[in-house]
Amino acid sequence: MTDSTPLLKLSDINTFYGQIHILQDISMEIRSGELVCLLGGNASGKSTTLKTILGIVSPRSGTIEFDGADVTDKSTSFRIGQGMAIVPENRRLFAPMTVLENLEMGAYLRDDDHSEDLEQVYELFPLLADRKSQLAGTLSGGEQQMVAMGRALMSRPKLLLMDEPSMGLAPILVEQSFEIIQQVHQAGVSVLVVEQNANMALSIADHGYVLATGRIVLADTAEVLTEHEGLKKAYLGR
Amino acid sequence: MSQIGVDQWVEQSDERRDRYSGWTAPARRAFDKLPTGWKLVGVLGAAAAFPLLVPQGEIRIGITVLLLAMLALGLNVVVGWAGLLDLGFVAFYGFGAYFYAIVASDQLPAHWPTWVAIPIIVAAAALLGALLSLPSRRLVGDYLAIMTLFFAQIFVELVRNFERLPFVSEDLDLTGGPNGIPGVEAWDLFGFQINSFKRHYYLLLILLVVLIAGLHNLNASRTGRAWRALREDTLAAEHMTTPVNKLKLLAFVVGAAIAGLAGSIFAAVQVGVFPNNFALPFLITIYAAVILGGSGSIAGVVLGAVAIGYIPELLRDPGKAGWLFYIGLAVMLVVTMKRWQPIAAVTIGLVVFGFVVRFVSSAIWDESIMGTANDTFISRFVDGWVLILGEQQDLITNYAFVVAIAGVLSVVVTRGWLRIATLIPTIYLAILVWENKLALQPSITRQLLFGAVLVVMMAIRPQGLLGTRRVEIT
Repeated sequence: MTDSTPLLKLSDINTFYGQIHILQDISMEIRSGELVCLLGGNASGKSTTLKTILGIVSPRSGTIEFDGADVTDKSTSFRIGQGMAIVPENRRLFAPMTVLENLEMGAYLRDDDHSEDLEQVYELFPLLADRKSQLAGTLSGGEQQMVAMGRALMSRPKLLLMDEPSMGLAPILVEQSFEIIQQVHQAGVSVLVVEQNANMALSIADHGYVLATGRIVLADTAEVLTEHEGLKKAYLGR
Repeated sequence: MSQIGVDQWVEQSDERRDRYSGWTAPARRAFDKLPTGWKLVGVLGAAAAFPLLVPQGEIRIGITVLLLAMLALGLNVVVGWAGLLDLGFVAFYGFGAYFYAIVASDQLPAHWPTWVAIPIIVAAAALLGALLSLPSRRLVGDYLAIMTLFFAQIFVELVRNFERLPFVSEDLDLTGGPNGIPGVEAWDLFGFQINSFKRHYYLLLILLVVLIAGLHNLNASRTGRAWRALREDTLAAEHMTTPVNKLKLLAFVVGAAIAGLAGSIFAAVQVGVFPNNFALPFLITIYAAVILGGSGSIAGVVLGAVAIGYIPELLRDPGKAGWLFYIGLAVMLVVTMKRWQPIAAVTIGLVVFGFVVRFVSSAIWDESIMGTANDTFISRFVDGWVLILGEQQDLITNYAFVVAIAGVLSVVVTRGWLRIATLIPTIYLAILVWENKLALQPSITRQLLFGAVLVVMMAIRPQGLLGTRRVEIT
């Protein structure tokens, strides 16, 4: 499934919060059909990278190309319209709305018929079809993760951005959560997972980037990274 | 794979939802089974029959209630759906009312045909709503509330002092200042004059039905969903690419248009407009209707408007106030006790307790039963049971009042048999105070009782009568 033109390409990105230089010369690529993880500890710049990709913060220098076009100066909704979708940290579902309404919110940008996408999401997560009229806030953690993923998939994304999918979940749910990500990936969506849980993320990823204090310090295939001595010491605890 | 995340709790959720407890369960289940269409027809039929069944004066109360319902529906769009704390809402109502009064009276003089005036007023109110939302779009929560509160205050001050404004010529008296505008003309729909209470009532009812149908569809639409989403989590809604600022503006516009329409009807009903009609107390009344009924629910806010609009009127009449008092007592008893055995115990105990007190007290001091009861059905009914004091009525009742409040507090902290034991004398004292003091002075007790009713309702259902309890994601 992997082809050679990158779906998302960040070139020499420098992002500042006021005077503070957060991202320093970040360059990374995600090819179509790949599952890439971005690893890093606290304050390494993971979330800022994601915000820069989405256009919530804009870089002072560097370019972002998505699907062959330069989107550096485009708005968040333009980028989402072009095929990005995000599953936010802590899922951020609309708690007093039903599962169906949450999914429909994901397709907000399109006012055409989206019953087909709904069918696809239900096919992927048959459980959501069962629970479609239940309020999202009453679901269990794993089900909420499914709704969050389903909501993101409703916009027919080319690239799914996942911000810390393991956050706030019990260990058993973290595993389930990654199973879900893998399943979505196998369905043909390119995924960027931003994670602290390096072990978990590398076990499903094709490629990995490692951030430390705003710089990319490692970039390689998942197999190589899993065996990397420095990374083992720093993250994997082995 | 499909078993991911299914735990016992989720599996049983349908059962759990279905299972009503206690002896009210059959009635609640039966009500749930009734098709929504039937319920609507029932409510609409009752509302349509109301003016035919009551005297002329009470239709006026119905008009007040319907106007309040219309305003509550408008406010519900802004507050209940979009989650914007708009304290300037009453100004749009005033704007609509003043606009209509100016173009349909001798004030200018101008006499626009109704079918021209109303669309222009609604559009102008909507435009004003859009203008107010422009500076407010970056504000949320209490910041937005303060900003919109200023707007409401400015409106009232503006109409009160219009002719004194520096840039207005002294000959142009647009708003009538503190005296308002009298002699506003009735609506004239192509020759059909809306000039009686009954006609106003039906006009409002028809508009309300149309409005509710429209709002119901709006709520189920993409826009309605987006409003609720941005109320819950603005950032997440933005990630779904909802145009947050546009949606906020739209909520203000819809709310303002509805308020403007309600205002233009109000001006015609009252045959005049005065600055105080649109001051803050009325804003609080609209908010009370929305919150009491259940913010976000269409049926809820209408019910809230009925409660807020009708209960104070009900309490003007000592006879009806008495019914409300005793029914309220009975409801409180049922709600606190829940099972029928203790309820029966309290009722029987209360009856016995009353006769014993009466017997002992009259043997010691015969003045204690020499008073005359209030001349209403219930008061005459309880006259032979409760003490109606002849001498020193005020003094003794005041003490009884204090003891009754202490009794209520002790009922709250006690459990089991002790609670039943404290409940009996407490209820007895409450009835004693009611019959000896409160029932005799409806003008004083009206507000007191109204407040008590609201406090009790909100305590029983904090989410509002038909509101949904908040679910928080943890």
